[in-house]
Amino acid sequence: MKEIMQGNAAIARGAWEAGVKVAAAYPGTPSSEILKDVADNYPEIYAEWSPNEMVAVQVAAGAALAGARAMASMKHVGMNVAADALMTLAYTGIKGGLMIVIADDPNVHSSQNEQDSRNWARFAKVPMLEPGDAQECYEFTKAAFDISEKFDTPVLLRTVTRIAHADSLVQTGKRVESKMPLGLDPKEATKYVMVPAFVRPRRKAVEERMRKLEAFADKTKINKMEINSKTYGVITSGSAYMYAKEVFPEYSFLKLGMVWPLPKKMIDTFFKEVKKVYIIEELDPFFETEIRAMGYKVFHGKDIIPNMYELSPEIVEAAIKGKTYKAPKVRVKPEDLPRRPPNLCAGCSHRPLFYALKKAGAFVFGDIGCYTLAVAPPISALHTTICMGAGGGMAHGASKAMGKEALGKTVAVLGDSTFLHSGILPLMNAAYNKGNTTTIVLDNRITGMTGHQEHAGTGFTVRGEVANQVDYREIGKAIGVKEANIRYVDPYNIKETMEIVKEEMNKDEASLILCKDSPCMLLRRAKPLERFKSPLYAINMDKCRGCKMCLEINCPAISWKEGAGQTVDGQKRKGTVYINPDQCVGCEVCVQVCKFDAIEPAKK
Amino acid sequence: MKKNEKTTNIFLSGVGGQGAILASNILGEVFIRAGYDVKKAEVHGMAQRGGDVTTHFRYGTKVYSPIIKYGDVDFLLSFELLEALRYINWVKPDGKIIINTQEILPPAVSLGQMEYPQGVPETFKKYFKDNVHVVDGLGIAKSLGNLQAQNVVLVGAFSNFFPKIKESFFVDAIKKLLAPKLHDLNVKAFEAGKKAL
Ligand SMILES: Cc1ncc(C[n+]2csc(CCOP(=O)(O)OP(=O)(O)O)c2C)c(N)n1
Ligand code: SF4
Ligand code: SF4
Repeated sequence: MKEIMQGNAAIARGAWEAGVKVAAAYPGTPSSEILKDVADNYPEIYAEWSPNEMVAVQVAAGAALAGARAMASMKHVGMNVAADALMTLAYTGIKGGLMIVIADDPNVHSSQNEQDSRNWARFAKVPMLEPGDAQECYEFTKAAFDISEKFDTPVLLRTVTRIAHADSLVQTGKRVESKMPLGLDPKEATKYVMVPAFVRPRRKAVEERMRKLEAFADKTKINKMEINSKTYGVITSGSAYMYAKEVFPEYSFLKLGMVWPLPKKMIDTFFKEVKKVYIIEELDPFFETEIRAMGYKVFHGKDIIPNMYELSPEIVEAAIKGKTYKAPKVRVKPEDLPRRPPNLCAGCSHRPLFYALKKAGAFVFGDIGCYTLAVAPPISALHTTICMGAGGGMAHGASKAMGKEALGKTVAVLGDSTFLHSGILPLMNAAYNKGNTTTIVLDNRITGMTGHQEHAGTGFTVRGEVANQVDYREIGKAIGVKEANIRYVDPYNIKETMEIVKEEMNKDEASLILCKDSPCMLLRRAKPLERFKSPLYAINMDKCRGCKMCLEINCPAISWKEGAGQTVDGQKRKGTVYINPDQCVGCEVCVQVCKFDAIEPAKK
Repeated sequence: MKKNEKTTNIFLSGVGGQGAILASNILGEVFIRAGYDVKKAEVHGMAQRGGDVTTHFRYGTKVYSPIIKYGDVDFLLSFELLEALRYINWVKPDGKIIINTQEILPPAVSLGQMEYPQGVPETFKKYFKDNVHVVDGLGIAKSLGNLQAQNVVLVGAFSNFFPKIKESFFVDAIKKLLAPKLHDLNVKAFEAGKKAL
């Protein structure tokens, strides 16, 4: 029977059936489910959360060199981190099959940029496959390992959010163990030691391999030609194929399952069969640039198809129909409705920490995680987010540029997972280069933003086994932060946190501040609610003056209720606030913000 | 596989934590059992932090796009009033709609900067007349003693739109997706929802 599976689960399934032995990943939407699914369902595969994407690719590459089939998975920007490994692995080749999954996020549902990962394939000179539904996620994954071994190359598998996170039917099969023997051969230095003299022949091998892959692209069933209309045809791939096929089923299609290298003969045949060829692709004009360079006359491409955000059936239809497209009637303008942006959970330790930073008047060099939500009003206390780990380096650079002017005014803030991913080196750099940055690690004991993955600081592996737990304080000491400048704060104590942060910001030396005992609200095993004295707080209507101060912390449990009234001692008010007892967890943050002691413990 | 049936589009909308994802998973199991090709796409990246959750659910003989074309929704199942209104333009003129009466305030409303939209069912009725059904999912779930069952109540109500689909498919799907100790409650919730239309 066919099963309904998420694209990511289908990749995990395909990998298992292909005989994969080692899977490594760093979480990132929309790729995170792949490794979790492997860990939960396929005990034959060794699975790990690596500290970042570079390490994940190195781990997979080592396993492949030892003869095992191996994979690494990541979101699109993860490939930037891992690129240094990929660019040279393309020269050495592999032994056991090696697949790297890169999940793009057109329309930036949950990312810091919208890069099109197909460019990596061309840049690194390696093949890339792009599935269009879960069945193809499964099939292309299996194919990726065969291609990898046949052509001695890493293979990239590109998905997008709408494929990775969409569920559809998959016909599954059985696991087949790889026949390649495991072992390491010390006599292959010319292939695996990339010093210039050995690089040059490998460089040639890369080009020869590319020619062979081009020939393969013309033969493989992964690329599909569907000739219907002789007038109109579409060259496309993945999700874009699904949208175009949906709205113009009568057109002819050349669906590229292998998006690099391109099947030159098939493309030629398609242009001969069909008069007017559209190229419909999400994000960059990747196929279009190549196909135009081959000398073909493309009927329409990026002149009508947007090169940003994601496509959809109506965007494709409107682009092709032009003026004849009739948009559905607008009954209510959605832009008039209140939006529902994500918010930090009630009780999250990031809320008081950022409130303290705001009160301390700090310019916050931020990073990526749940805490990035502190950029939103009314908290508005995070001022940069570029890439993981950037905050520390940028804070140091700004302080070097501004000199004494910056002292006491800036901090770098990042989460525990982000710190281990790429935050240690910037801190080491500040300590080494006589910088004065203050780095705050929001240690909530988990990778919150991407759905609660373990990491080297949580004490557990992806399969829940007890593991070593990084000691952030010892790291700080070892990389040169003076012991006196390594401080703990309890973020739930706003005043004390603010004082410690101010002290450290004013020191002309690098500092490291660690949040203690502040687990993520959703991390059940850490019993995050136990540290709170009362399970619930409520507004004392006799005292509330309706000053709206407590709204400044943006707790989802607190809302404003309009309505004139007065306090017991006769202070007039325009309204009061209300604490939703179903949402309040008793973190006492609002209590510290209220100047009139109007928020009091209550019973659930 | 069912032959030559054109694709039907179901859109689910709600707020993180309401269980809309389980509801769409149930529909997935149901329509597979009924012999259809099924695709469903969720945007749930930030659902845990109180953001909105939408699911595009499609079934037919052969489904291509995982997402529904704007304006082509045949059935809207909304878990929350504002989240129903947000997608009103997506529904076909003859589309059918279930609106759950729960209100969950978004931050701009909590902070007193914007009004929560009033008269959502009436707005829908203006355009869709008798095809609009309002269900007090939370009330029904409460009467069964478990607020968490609201999502399955709504699935029960929604099942009325599909008279050709066997009820046992829904019950089987519920049993497959939920832990055994929750079976009784949720089958009851399904039945109660079914009677609510
Ligand atoms: C290079 C890169 N890899 C992965 C991600 C996805 N990502 C965003 S935030 C984050 C980690 C968040 O964890 P943490 O730093 O512990 O903060 P929390 O969300 O728990 O507050 C990850 C993995 C990314 N944005 N960039
Ligand atoms: S998931 Fe955890 S880290 Fe993220 S907002 Fe909620 S409590 Fe905070
Ligand atoms: S104590 Fe106050 S800030 Fe904390 S969860 Fe309750 S209402 Fe929100």
